[in-house]
Amino acid sequence: MQADYFAFIASAYGISALAILGLAIWVFLDARAQRGALKALEAQGIRRRSQAGGSLDTAAEAGR
Amino acid sequence: MIRWGAATPQKGDPIGTSSVCGQAEEALNSPAMTDVSASAKPSRFSILANPTRFLELSGKLQPWLYGAALAALAVGLTLGLTAPADYQQGATVTIMFVHVPFAWLSMMIWTVMSLSALGTLVWRHPLADVSVKAAAPIGAVFTALCLITGSIWGRPMWGTWWVWDARLTSVFVLFLMYLGLIALTRALEDQSKSAKSSAILVLVGFVNIPIIKFSVDWWNTLHQPASVLRVDGPAMPAAYLTPLLVSAIGFTLLFFALHLTAMRTEILRRRVAALSRLAARRAEA
Repeated sequence: MQADYFAFIASAYGISALAILGLAIWVFLDARAQRGALKALEAQGIRRRSQAGGSLDTAAEAGR
Repeated sequence: MIRWGAATPQKGDPIGTSSVCGQAEEALNSPAMTDVSASAKPSRFSILANPTRFLELSGKLQPWLYGAALAALAVGLTLGLTAPADYQQGATVTIMFVHVPFAWLSMMIWTVMSLSALGTLVWRHPLADVSVKAAAPIGAVFTALCLITGSIWGRPMWGTWWVWDARLTSVFVLFLMYLGLIALTRALEDQSKSAKSSAILVLVGFVNIPIIKFSVDWWNTLHQPASVLRVDGPAMPAAYLTPLLVSAIGFTLLFFALHLTAMRTEILRRRVAALSRLAARRAEA
């Protein structure tokens, strides 16, 4: 019985594992990209006002 | 061999269903995810309205969620893959230990997004829109996996990959709604307009959740009725129920962990966008 259905079971688990792994990789790569972009901007001296000593708003908002 | 569920010739999955407040509207609309820590009376409900506070708390919570999810999945799927064959489904019963949690999650994630949509429209919570946007792709993946694993199970058990019965069709509609929501949350430059229209779509789409849940009761479907969430209790032995529930807990924890990570990323993305605009203005000046 097990052998009869092995391909179905393996494909169900295999596709699930690949899809979830792909989703996790996408989520983590996206997070890393945004952290990198933020660091690059801060390295240029562009910071949120709260980081620069402000209290409520961001530098970006203040710059409007 | 033992028996999976209700005594119907077709075996499938049972279905069950399984983010906060009043900060300033400008905080919701702020692409920079403004800090609001100086609000007059921070309540327990509003603590998470501060994106910076949210980043701190979620950063501490994330590793525990991922760890618990992996542990639960390891236990649940090991128990599932070693479970005895069902008297009718044979070894394909093991597919149920991924298919059913995916089905539950597909509906639970839309429910989570509906609560977040209320947060956007009613409480104008600055993180509610972030929650919806972050959850949509994860929900789409789990819904797609529900459809795919169900189809793989259906081929040997029903003799067909697909049938347009009420349960399968309503879940397919849910999948299309996820895709539409993903497009909508990424289509508009103005985050506030995008947030409101997305929230409305989510709340309107929530009507599909009870339709999915009760489709097997309201219509004559090939898909079997509920086997777990029943008035008279689960219709399956512990050998199936235990791995099913442990796997479901594992996938649910995994969803919340991924959702937290995606929310944190979205907050950073909005900060990057705001700072990029600031940099552009400085360059023009």
